[in-house]
Amino acid sequence: MNDAWLGIAAVGLGTVAIKALGPIAFGGRPLPERLTGVVELLAPALLAALVAVQALGAERALVVDERLIGLAAASVALWRKAPMLVVVVVAAASTALTRLLV
Amino acid sequence: MDASPPAERRRRDGVRAAAPLAVAVAAFGVSFGLLARAEGWGWAAPIVMSATTFAGSAQFATLSVLGGGGTVAAAITSALLLNARYGPIGATVAPYLTGPSWSRFLHAQLVVDESWAIAAEGHGRYNPRMLIGAGLTLYAAWVGGTALGAFFGEVLGDPETLGLDAAFPALFLALVVPQVRERRALAAALLGAAIAVALVPLVPAGVPIIAATAACLLGVRRA
Repeated sequence: MNDAWLGIAAVGLGTVAIKALGPIAFGGRPLPERLTGVVELLAPALLAALVAVQALGAERALVVDERLIGLAAASVALWRKAPMLVVVVVAAASTALTRLLV
Repeated sequence: MDASPPAERRRRDGVRAAAPLAVAVAAFGVSFGLLARAEGWGWAAPIVMSATTFAGSAQFATLSVLGGGGTVAAAITSALLLNARYGPIGATVAPYLTGPSWSRFLHAQLVVDESWAIAAEGHGRYNPRMLIGAGLTLYAAWVGGTALGAFFGEVLGDPETLGLDAAFPALFLALVVPQVRERRALAAALLGAAIAVALVPLVPAGVPIIAATAACLLGVRRA
């Protein structure tokens, strides 16, 4: 129990500090010219990595499961230019349905 | 994306964009509260953690390392590795957070993957009002969901049965697609995903995502 509170305090303080670092160090000022090309690509690189890890990752292993069905259905919805709400609901619903049936 | 500036987007647009996700976030908050309760954390500890850390994966990591008999040091390390990505992410939004340092400090806490992605307008631009609207919505959902789970989670069921774990990759896919219209951005996305997938089996959770940020070095400008 004390371990839990110690973990909560340390993880909380650490996370708050990590999140605050950038905005406190250079908040409100444009990033240095040389960095802008790099920063522009951070969103595509990180978002794509999140897609891949959240669709395939399970602890320290790659697992192909019902999440991929949801992601495939979401891709179709995106291709049909569906709004984001529909994309997210389609992904969850097709994954849930696959889990129910298979 | 296009040359004309987008219509002025407000906080409530951020709230609206985050609303569908808030349902999934709340459901995972419920399971965090429930699992923490089952580990003997009581009801206060999970709620305090959700309110102060506000980062789902790191919280689940802390819980599972401690629950699996790991040391506090191991739990803290794995959680902070998972959250290390908020260093570079914070740097990307920093130019758009104006105001005194206490306000930048508070707004920075609303940055999570989802609110950051919703606030992204492409070409490295971020809309702070979208960030705040989406961040507050998700914060309320996460802390509220945790409280529900800690008090009466048993009745609410497992979010995976509802397919909610597939909602997150779908959201990030929906948000990355408009960002990869240019060849260089597409290359960075593919490289980032490849690095992350290749590393998942080899290194602790969190590290693959951090390593994937190396893909943005494709954007280094030659002097």
